[in-house]
Amino acid sequence: MATASTWVDWLTTDSPESRLQGRLAQFYQTFTRFMRNPLAVCGLAIVVTLVTAAALAPWIIPYDPLATSLGSRLAPPSAQHWFGTDHLGRDIFSRVLWGSRTTLAIVVLVAILIGPIGMTIGVVAGYFGGKLDRVLMGVTDVVMAFPRLILALAFVAVLGPGLENAVIAIAITGWPAYARLARAETLSLREREFVVAARLQGASPLRILIRYIAPFCIPSVVVRLTLDMAGIILIAAGLGFLGLGAQPPAPEWGAMVAGGRDYLIDKWWVATLPGAAIFVVSLGFNLLGDGFRDVIDRRVA
Amino acid sequence: MNVSSYPRSRALASYLKATAWFLVSLVLTLLGLVLVTFLIARVVPIDPALVMVGDRATPEAYQRAREVMGLDQPLYWQFLVYVGSVATGDLGRSVMTGRDVLADTMRAFPATLELALAATLIGTLLGVPIGVIAAVRRGRLTDHIVRLVSLVGYSLPIFWLGLVALLIFYARLGWVEGPGRIGIAYQYSVPHMTGFVLIDALLAGQWAAARNAFSHLILPACILGYVSTAFIARMTRSLMIEQLSQEYVLAARAKGVPAATVIWRHALGNVMVPVITVITLTFAYLLEGAVLTETVFAWPGLGLYITQALFSADLNAVLGGTLIIGVCFVLLNRGTDLLYRVFDPRIR
Repeated sequence: MATASTWVDWLTTDSPESRLQGRLAQFYQTFTRFMRNPLAVCGLAIVVTLVTAAALAPWIIPYDPLATSLGSRLAPPSAQHWFGTDHLGRDIFSRVLWGSRTTLAIVVLVAILIGPIGMTIGVVAGYFGGKLDRVLMGVTDVVMAFPRLILALAFVAVLGPGLENAVIAIAITGWPAYARLARAETLSLREREFVVAARLQGASPLRILIRYIAPFCIPSVVVRLTLDMAGIILIAAGLGFLGLGAQPPAPEWGAMVAGGRDYLIDKWWVATLPGAAIFVVSLGFNLLGDGFRDVIDRRVA
Repeated sequence: MNVSSYPRSRALASYLKATAWFLVSLVLTLLGLVLVTFLIARVVPIDPALVMVGDRATPEAYQRAREVMGLDQPLYWQFLVYVGSVATGDLGRSVMTGRDVLADTMRAFPATLELALAATLIGTLLGVPIGVIAAVRRGRLTDHIVRLVSLVGYSLPIFWLGLVALLIFYARLGWVEGPGRIGIAYQYSVPHMTGFVLIDALLAGQWAAARNAFSHLILPACILGYVSTAFIARMTRSLMIEQLSQEYVLAARAKGVPAATVIWRHALGNVMVPVITVITLTFAYLLEGAVLTETVFAWPGLGLYITQALFSADLNAVLGGTLIIGVCFVLLNRGTDLLYRVFDPRIR
């Protein structure tokens, strides 16, 4: 019965006195293991910076991202315009900062669409099995059979360009991986004692799915989502580059790269700097997801 | 007496059953692909009959157009008709080029294939050894560098990398040729044989044309090649790590087999089948990456065809191109399944 002298002692105890302490201790250990991986910490820093920039953008941008000023068009990077200006004299640094909101919005919207949709389909298919399972997994396999960007392109082609349609298209192409994941988890849970006990007590299938099975699928779905974020960003940027994402004059990174293509040779900063932002952010998510998976994997093993 | 033939016939029966099931599921998946493109065409907010007759047409003319186009038929019937035409190679006419979509895609396909094959070659030659080395030196500095380099490969927006590479190696340094597949000077002199310009030029003995084609190919191929190197290296690494922890590796080392033999012959030999699978899947993935790369490099392949069709609202061409890539993707995937079946005795 040692009383915890410091927070660290309390968190690293081998005999937790409450459920909360046990959970926090486990979380703390996961966290310290995560922090020991320098690449993962870099990733975390990048993602935190992105979120902060997106949240504070209205207050920290030096110029209006939409304000054109033809007098200072295509100005090279300088103290006034850190990233230079584009062909309409708009400040690229401000536009990149403002564009972080678009990127974050796409990632969040796609994630909250594909996570639950994929999980619902996978859990239902795995729990009920039989014909329903075969049909749902058949649909999943077919959607997975297309490369994601190509299918998203085809959807945007008929839905029309725009941010909402890009999100819908990316979501339509993204859910199957989650359905498969949730199905696999459900299959391993379906015959476990606590689920069988609940079934014998007369719990409805809906109750079992929501209260007993879905909660166990959430961690792996979340890890998978973190790993998927970079992919979502790249597809969204690709659609933007092809002119199918957010429409001008909205500052979207992919579209900004496309806008700078015509001036690439002489005015390199117009196309390359927004593209660098895409790269850094997607690298950040990849590093974070990678570190995350290492930690989770080791805990599972 | 018949004891020995009994299991053999049963093995044959189960083999035939597996093959039949393989073919049935392949056909079902392909039908599913066709259904997806059909549904995409159906959600289109434009009424194709209205487009054909214009919005000033009389109701009778409009109705007639609907009948001619089969739009008055029930949806399942329209789907069957669509499946029938796709199965006979009729993907409709492209508004953009005025030609058959299938003919158009077949003309563009060799260019994409040339690019994807070149990139896969680079990815295999670099990715497999890098992956093996990272696995051997697991947890050391080399491993961390390989990990970072491949994560960077996963994270790069490929269109941006293409533009930066063009800026540096074409515009600034002048080491390579710029956009396109071959210089205008050679465009019509190279005979069309395999459809791969580089190989055609070599076969025809036109060394200058071949060098020009190579100089056009190398930059986009290296860019896609980097991406595939990243994939292949990472997968090879994790496969090799698993293999190197096996007991036979320990046994071989204990009896004094040289480390290089253990690593490169024993362990790598055992993971060759999954590595080939990874290479095939990466190749399939490159078909996707090619869309953006081809747009940046004005490479006249399937990807450029699809994006150009997008801008001229040429739905037949977009869906036809999508379908062709989807079919390639499925065939490659199933092909690797087959590969497993043939080469891995545990599955057989």
